[in-house]
Amino acid sequence: MSTDSTKINNQPKIGATQIRLLKQLCNACAVSGDEGEVRTIVLEEVRAHADDVQVDALGNVLVTKVGRSSSRKKRLRVMLAAHMDEVGFMITSDEGNGIFRFETVGGLDVRQLVGKPVWIGHDHIPGVIGAKPIHLTTANERKRTIEIDSLRIDIGIEANPKVKIGDRATFATAFARMGPSIRAKALDDRFGVTTLIELIKHAPENIDLLAAFTVQEEVGLRGAQVAAHAFNPDLGIALDSTPAYDLPSWERDHETEENANYNTHLDSGPAIYLADSATLADPRLVRHLVEAAETAKIPFQFRQPGGGGTDAGAIHRARAGVPSVSVSTPSRYLHTAAGIARLSDWKNTFALLYIALSTLTSNVLSSER
Amino acid sequence: MKSLIQKLVQTTGPSGHETKIREVIRTEIEDYADDVRVDALGNLIAVKGNTSSDAKKVMLAAHMDEIGIIATHIDESGFVRFTTIGGVRRHTCIGRWVRFTNGTSGVIGYEYLGDVNKLPTFNQMYIDVGSTSRADCPVRVGDAAAFEGAFSEHGERLVSKAMDDRIGVAVLIETLRHLKKSPNQVYFVFSVQEEVGLRGATTAAYGIDPDIGIAVDVTRSADTPKSIKMDVSLGQGPAIKVRDSGMLSDPRVVDWMVNTADKSKLPYQLEVLEGGTTDARAIQLTRAGVPAGCISIPCRYVHAPSEMVDLKDVQNAVRLLLALLKQEVTLDQ
Amino acid sequence: MTELITFLNSLLTSPGLSGHEGPIRELIEPAWRPVTDEISISRLGSLHGLKKGSAPEPRPTILIAAHMDAIGLMVTSIADGFLRVTEVGGLDARVLPGQLVTVHGRQDLPGVIVQPPAHLLPEGARKGPVPLNNLLVDTGLRPQRVKNLVRTGDLISFAQEPIQLQADTLAGHSLDNRASVAALTLCLDELQKRNHAWDVWAVATAQEEETLGGARTSAFQLRPQLAVAVDVTWGKSTGTPDHKTFPLGKGPTLGLGPNIHPGLHSSFKEVADNLEIPYAIEVMPRHSGTDAYSLQVAAEGIPTMVVSIPLRYMHTPVEVVALKDIRRTAHLLSEFIAHLDSDYMEKLTLEEQT
Repeated sequence: MSTDSTKINNQPKIGATQIRLLKQLCNACAVSGDEGEVRTIVLEEVRAHADDVQVDALGNVLVTKVGRSSSRKKRLRVMLAAHMDEVGFMITSDEGNGIFRFETVGGLDVRQLVGKPVWIGHDHIPGVIGAKPIHLTTANERKRTIEIDSLRIDIGIEANPKVKIGDRATFATAFARMGPSIRAKALDDRFGVTTLIELIKHAPENIDLLAAFTVQEEVGLRGAQVAAHAFNPDLGIALDSTPAYDLPSWERDHETEENANYNTHLDSGPAIYLADSATLADPRLVRHLVEAAETAKIPFQFRQPGGGGTDAGAIHRARAGVPSVSVSTPSRYLHTAAGIARLSDWKNTFALLYIALSTLTSNVLSSER
Repeated sequence: MKSLIQKLVQTTGPSGHETKIREVIRTEIEDYADDVRVDALGNLIAVKGNTSSDAKKVMLAAHMDEIGIIATHIDESGFVRFTTIGGVRRHTCIGRWVRFTNGTSGVIGYEYLGDVNKLPTFNQMYIDVGSTSRADCPVRVGDAAAFEGAFSEHGERLVSKAMDDRIGVAVLIETLRHLKKSPNQVYFVFSVQEEVGLRGATTAAYGIDPDIGIAVDVTRSADTPKSIKMDVSLGQGPAIKVRDSGMLSDPRVVDWMVNTADKSKLPYQLEVLEGGTTDARAIQLTRAGVPAGCISIPCRYVHAPSEMVDLKDVQNAVRLLLALLKQEVTLDQ
Repeated sequence: MTELITFLNSLLTSPGLSGHEGPIRELIEPAWRPVTDEISISRLGSLHGLKKGSAPEPRPTILIAAHMDAIGLMVTSIADGFLRVTEVGGLDARVLPGQLVTVHGRQDLPGVIVQPPAHLLPEGARKGPVPLNNLLVDTGLRPQRVKNLVRTGDLISFAQEPIQLQADTLAGHSLDNRASVAALTLCLDELQKRNHAWDVWAVATAQEEETLGGARTSAFQLRPQLAVAVDVTWGKSTGTPDHKTFPLGKGPTLGLGPNIHPGLHSSFKEVADNLEIPYAIEVMPRHSGTDAYSLQVAAEGIPTMVVSIPLRYMHTPVEVVALKDIRRTAHLLSEFIAHLDSDYMEKLTLEEQT
């Protein structure tokens, strides 16, 4: 494989504009099934750059960007998917005087909910999830998890017509910079969404880019399933965010107990998937990604094979099957109020994808899997 | 300094029964202090330094009492039942020797429990002093005893019972001996009844009404296998206390200590102790309040009969105190 | 004084953990200076503001205390760039994972309290709530940078910005007890327009959450004839016991119990009744859990009262208060002070008057 070095130097990068877009997207609320706020931003961003933009029956945004080089027949039809939805809450009952019962949407640890501010509905009406004061709890009580049945969203001592049953809510965490890191809610998967928007804006001309901004990933990869069917691509890449469990082990101080289940590390570059519970990655695509990274000297890591899943789980099973892989930006504390990720990892994720796509030819699939 | 430490730690003096240890200390300091007195609760107070009325009064406190037991009943066969003085734990009692203030020694035994893995309660324990009847038992109800625990040297590491807080007493004595002069009026308080609730320091501080207070006591260390998590190790220097469970050190005092140690190139550690407190708490809350802090000697196995300290930490604590006291105390707001 | 909400917001965005009240004191002082005749700082860091009365000297003195210190965390050690922590004041570890904090190192650093995944926790802490000493704080900085900027003993305060909720309620951390500091300030404001015979010492006390040490030492120093602790009490919310909690927006509570002088309690009730200020009686059968516990036994002993503002979700970063309860508390305090005449102490008795 050859890579034109001038191309690398001139290639698009993640800079201040892209970080501003990520911030805007992270601060938007789009709990699975109610992705409108993020969809609006996506449509606004991509419209001027796309050959075709559709919103399908489920709410997926399907964007086509046709390649320019080589003949249409020789160009690979590459589907890239990033999910717009995030985990969150849904209001299930109104108990009066501004107090609401709620349920979680997507995989949330109930231990992460207590004592958090939330944004409710499309107007981001503020509320809080309170807890009984420590003074009124017993030591035994404090050893038990506070279950969701005893939690409420409280918007103050009066009702507001803008808050009602069926409204979605998210953690009210504003995007912020922390030195080399960023802190935000919903980095899963606004990282992927922002990356994909940027790839559309700077689409490599050697491929037909089929971008799917999917819905309902957090509740079963449901958007990607229909998007892949519609696109019927030659290959698929899911762009997501994956946990970094690179924390010290409790016994670290005294024993050489290694943290063997880290999934990924921050500062180690984009995470290329080999296997998760939904997908066994296509080895040809993995090889291509690794070669692209090594040639361009972009740091990368393999996500530890294990549980979890991305939109690739739906894409590779679409129609007659689609060779698929996932590439994620590592992030700590996903599915909590505040994720922390390194900007450098995101920059490298974008760089790797751009290079890998630019060098993608039909040769990559010429051998059998 | 080792022989001084040995003499101090091996003297019996549980809380409320400090007469003997007080005499040992008094002998050691008499020639060095400007004035030595004993207050109503039995605190030994030595004064040195600037006597003018505008000199800042600095109170140093190291408690001379130690944990122990007190006899509650002598049974017909001469066995002594007891209750504890201070933070005595059951598992440190099994098979230990105690020595009463009257010199009698005995060993702690316990009733048959049917299960060798079971830890007896204090009510199930007794002291066997070798008597065969109540009549020939040399112990009376109310007699107090301290745990025995031999003094031993392991290189720089010293082990004994009662390092808590005779090692602080040793630091104060050494400091007093080496403090030629000070722009401050320095009160060296060897306090009583610390282990039962900082009682001696409370009244001593009220009586002295100091401008600043510093306790010298032991703290825990976290450099042993699977220990508590804490940022203090033996041999890494005296610990400047930031807080413990009874007190938040005055931040100005902490800064003063840290800056002085830095300037004097003395090693130190910063201590956040979760459990226990010292005489500094009592000083801080006296009258209208006193800026207070604490210099701690890292100590392994606190309240066991084999407490271990590192001599280097002890010596550096003395150096740090001398460096602190030779300047006029002024705290930044 | 500026608008209550503005002042309160500024108090809520300032640190000032127990024992380290400097930053919050510096915010209160300029608000008190124009409404007091004398300002001083105690040796433990409490702020004293004297508003002189109109009676001939020697005038009797009433001390009103609201603690200004806040709960938070402290660094106990550093592991691979992550901070291990302990609490300052009483915290339920269950509210901590995911909270935003500020680490006061060599410079202020944003941080997040994080719950490590189960496999990195010690046996026994892997299920259910993760204890405080197993939680970590992540600053987003790389380990070497953390080592340079943070050391053991550094303080960590909650960084949750105050949030305005419906019907003039406010959510935020440290409303315990900065809501009461705001009430004291409003009270001093109101006293500008009132004639009062007694001297008033407004005291923003230090270290309430740890030792009650600020109130104890300030009362010893100032030796007032009467003392009032103004604090927050438990607001009624889902799952709280009815008999120990009080509704938001329905006025302050008047404490009744061993820390409280019964005659003084009756006087407060009388003033509130006459002015039709709504209130609830709060029974405090033992330790009142407030500065009153210290104030009452300072020096020769002081007749002491507790007035409290209901607050939901106390000791979480999203405590909720109703602003009108703060205003009513301020009004009650100033009315009570104005109503004190020179011979009030002669009339004050422990026994019920028949």
